[in-house]
Amino acid sequence: MATLTTTAPRVALPGVLKHQAVRKLALLALAAAILVPLADARWSSGTWPHALTVDLTTPLTGASDWIVDNRDSHPLFLYFFGYLSNGVVLSVRAVYLVLLGAGWAGVTAAAALVAWRVAGVRLALGTAAAFAACGLLGMWVPTMQTLALMIVAVLVSVVVGVVLGLAGGLSERLDRGLRPVLDTMQVLPAFAYLLPVVLVFGIGVPAAVLATVVYAAPPMARLTALGLRGADKEVLEAVESLGATARQRLLTARIPLARKELLLGLNQTIMMALSMAVIASVIGAGGLGDRVYQALASVDVGAALAAGIPIVLLAIVLDRVTAAAGHAGDGEPGHGRAAWLYAAAAAVAVALAGRVAGRLDWPDSWTVSIAAPVNDAVDWMTDHLYSGVPVIGGTADWAGHFTTWVLDPLRDGLQVLPWWAVLLLVAAIAWPIGTWRTALTAVLALAATGVLGVWEPSLDTLSQVLAAVAVTLVLGFATGIAAARSDRVERLLRPVLDVFQTMPQFVYLIPVVALFGVGRAPAVAAAVVYALPAVVRITTQGLRQVDPAAMESARSLGATGAQQLRQVQLPLARPALLLAVNQGVVLVLAVVIIGGLVGGGALGYDAVFGLAQGDLATGLVAGAAIVCLGLMLDRVTQPADRRVKKGA
Amino acid sequence: MRLRTTALTAGASALLLLTGCGAADMTKQASPFANAQGARTVTLSVQSWVGAQANVAVAQYLLEHELGYRVDTVQVDEVPAWDALSQGRVDAILEDWGHPDQEARYVDDKKTIAHGGDLGVTGHIGWFVPTYFAKEHPDVTDWKNLNKYASQFRTAESGGKGQLMDGSPSYVTNDKALVQNLKLDYQVVFAGSEAAQITQMRQFAKEKKPFLTYWYAPQWLFEKVPMTEVKLPAYKDGCDAEPDKVACGYPHTPLQKYLNADFSKDGGKAAAFLKRFKWTTEDQNEVSLMIADQKLTPEAAAKKWVDSHASTWKAWLS
Repeated sequence: MATLTTTAPRVALPGVLKHQAVRKLALLALAAAILVPLADARWSSGTWPHALTVDLTTPLTGASDWIVDNRDSHPLFLYFFGYLSNGVVLSVRAVYLVLLGAGWAGVTAAAALVAWRVAGVRLALGTAAAFAACGLLGMWVPTMQTLALMIVAVLVSVVVGVVLGLAGGLSERLDRGLRPVLDTMQVLPAFAYLLPVVLVFGIGVPAAVLATVVYAAPPMARLTALGLRGADKEVLEAVESLGATARQRLLTARIPLARKELLLGLNQTIMMALSMAVIASVIGAGGLGDRVYQALASVDVGAALAAGIPIVLLAIVLDRVTAAAGHAGDGEPGHGRAAWLYAAAAAVAVALAGRVAGRLDWPDSWTVSIAAPVNDAVDWMTDHLYSGVPVIGGTADWAGHFTTWVLDPLRDGLQVLPWWAVLLLVAAIAWPIGTWRTALTAVLALAATGVLGVWEPSLDTLSQVLAAVAVTLVLGFATGIAAARSDRVERLLRPVLDVFQTMPQFVYLIPVVALFGVGRAPAVAAAVVYALPAVVRITTQGLRQVDPAAMESARSLGATGAQQLRQVQLPLARPALLLAVNQGVVLVLAVVIIGGLVGGGALGYDAVFGLAQGDLATGLVAGAAIVCLGLMLDRVTQPADRRVKKGA
Repeated sequence: MRLRTTALTAGASALLLLTGCGAADMTKQASPFANAQGARTVTLSVQSWVGAQANVAVAQYLLEHELGYRVDTVQVDEVPAWDALSQGRVDAILEDWGHPDQEARYVDDKKTIAHGGDLGVTGHIGWFVPTYFAKEHPDVTDWKNLNKYASQFRTAESGGKGQLMDGSPSYVTNDKALVQNLKLDYQVVFAGSEAAQITQMRQFAKEKKPFLTYWYAPQWLFEKVPMTEVKLPAYKDGCDAEPDKVACGYPHTPLQKYLNADFSKDGGKAAAFLKRFKWTTEDQNEVSLMIADQKLTPEAAAKKWVDSHASTWKAWLS
């Protein structure tokens, strides 16, 4: 749910930009002319030279064996990691028991009342309906398991994030050190986090919670720091002149002033935690994600959807409620407190009533099975679309053509290029768009994949990402423009985008295989579906925020709709469009990796293989390469003046 | 800065309070969802193929309805499941296809996992072509003739060679080495998950297209897509010892059950029941087919089987 507040800077004059770009490229060409012959003479061209690779298999395998052998005896585990994982297990268990003890009625009532206090009656009804739907779908217990895991993970993430954010918000130096790290953490695919935690904690809930915390804490930290830095100078001066101590200033002025950012941080942390809680089912998180994952094993889209819908509902409810909390003004505190008390009392009363009635578990007779109709629909769709559609051919033919005409040339082209040429290409794209720093980071990140010895699979993954991003941008910009020009389209799109953005990626995997066969094509298709909503949203928002005065003057000069769009809106919305590209790339990479589960091969497959075979050497190297690719892609598409808050 | 240290010390002391003093053994931790509300729970690991789901579904049904346990299931791949089993995060694996390294480490050496007896089903891995294709071209069932048909098995993914489709990365496979050592003009394409592989096979079968795939028995899909095995060079003991040099087919493996060592000792009726749990390939296929093809929930499928096979499972409870 990307919420953006781009400070749209005035676009630099194209002429100047061109000059700068030309200058940079000329410099780059000069450097290349000197360095390439040297590199060629020293290591030969073609694929990544063997002399420059570092084989990590032996140390990594050794480390993994050492950990398994010492897990029950070494003090590091007994007195540090053991406490961590015990703490996680105990807290998750405590929350889970409270949720079960409150019974379905109590939990639903409590959630609805919280929503009512924070966001009003409509959302309260929506919340109650969402929880009831989870029960109706027969998913009450898994939903509670996921919720318990989420509550613990989000609380820890918020604490960690606020601590880091305070440090960054109050100290210049720490902020400079933290920011690049947090920025980078935000662009890494969740899948890459799983292996290291499994290595230390083994399969299970502790690993899942910790992976979730690592994934979800950065947005909280960033936004906390941002909020503290953005506090109104005059207010702070006023507080200071009243003789407040540093701590009083922080508690009474800076933190309350940063309320909006803190709540936005909470919102994003919750969203990211939820998406990670699902992906963590691969390492034994249990709950709803595990149900989705199990349903896929029997190729049962219906059952996967039955577990996917509660996730979507939870996500939408949590998002709306936290967003509403961010927008809400401060009510009268006295009155508010009384209402909170009433709400709490009501929730407790309902929970007790449920206990007395002996109806703690969701009644079995109240469940609706949606699996059969959904599967029939999916079967019908794939039967009719897979092949033999007159004139245009079926989806299977398209997938074949896409693979043969787009993916293969892209991959082979990248792999045939001499290694230094690929690096040069990255530098040539990254430098004119960004700064020399971003360009250098991008080049080094890509070179790191070569050093790790996975140059070829990395380029394979990269080719899939590029193809998917191209498709995503074409579709996304078109849809975004349509939505920006018509309110009705936007209203119709909103729920669709919400669902697509929050549906666990695993749910898409089977339908795309049924439509496109096994291979890289379904991986690309799933990635496009997942990345589209964010691109559409950002495009729409960017176009709508274009200065009304500029639009007005264009209209008064008699420009047609198309002319307005081409000559005024699109140029002025350029920062938003660049951001859309950047987000598209990051999201696509995240799913192309999961595409390893449907025949995408390359790095995604290696990461899955590492998890599945406990072969951490392969998995960790693939994970590290994914991280490098993510870093590279982000820096290449990162405009020099990025000052935006990125959504999940 | 002071704030941070206070937060850290507070966090550390809270952890200490939570866990009590002394050592915290990570290898003795049940799942946080186990034994909730005073129920006795058993946590079973499910592997991603349907046969394993069938074992678990029936075991779960009987544990819940006959012995009064609450059963949690967690889906974990084979090798990580061994690790989870040794840590007590799951109590049992009901179907293992042979992992000698893991067995040496956890059963013989660390003694954290106990052997739980035969499942009663014998597993076999091999290469298969659909029967409709084998009927037209009977000689395809010998690996020596595979190169003749490579062009027919081509797909967009296999890049000019024939496609040999493999499945989930978690499965035991020597196919890459086999293709190389038997000098076959084939490309191994990994579907990446069993779900993807099955979906693709069913699509091919609908169109009566030829395909060559890594597959295994017992498997319910044979009922839906009849397949014929391609003979690979015969398996002899130890011919697959060196992964890169393998040039023989796959063995027939009697599938095994494994229990967490503590659970095996103190697991009471549940452990005794799981040790006695033993059924035939036909039984397993019957349940698998209900789950995967008729799309019954595992619970409903298990109920159906339990209702009609009382004599079989009564023996497991006594």
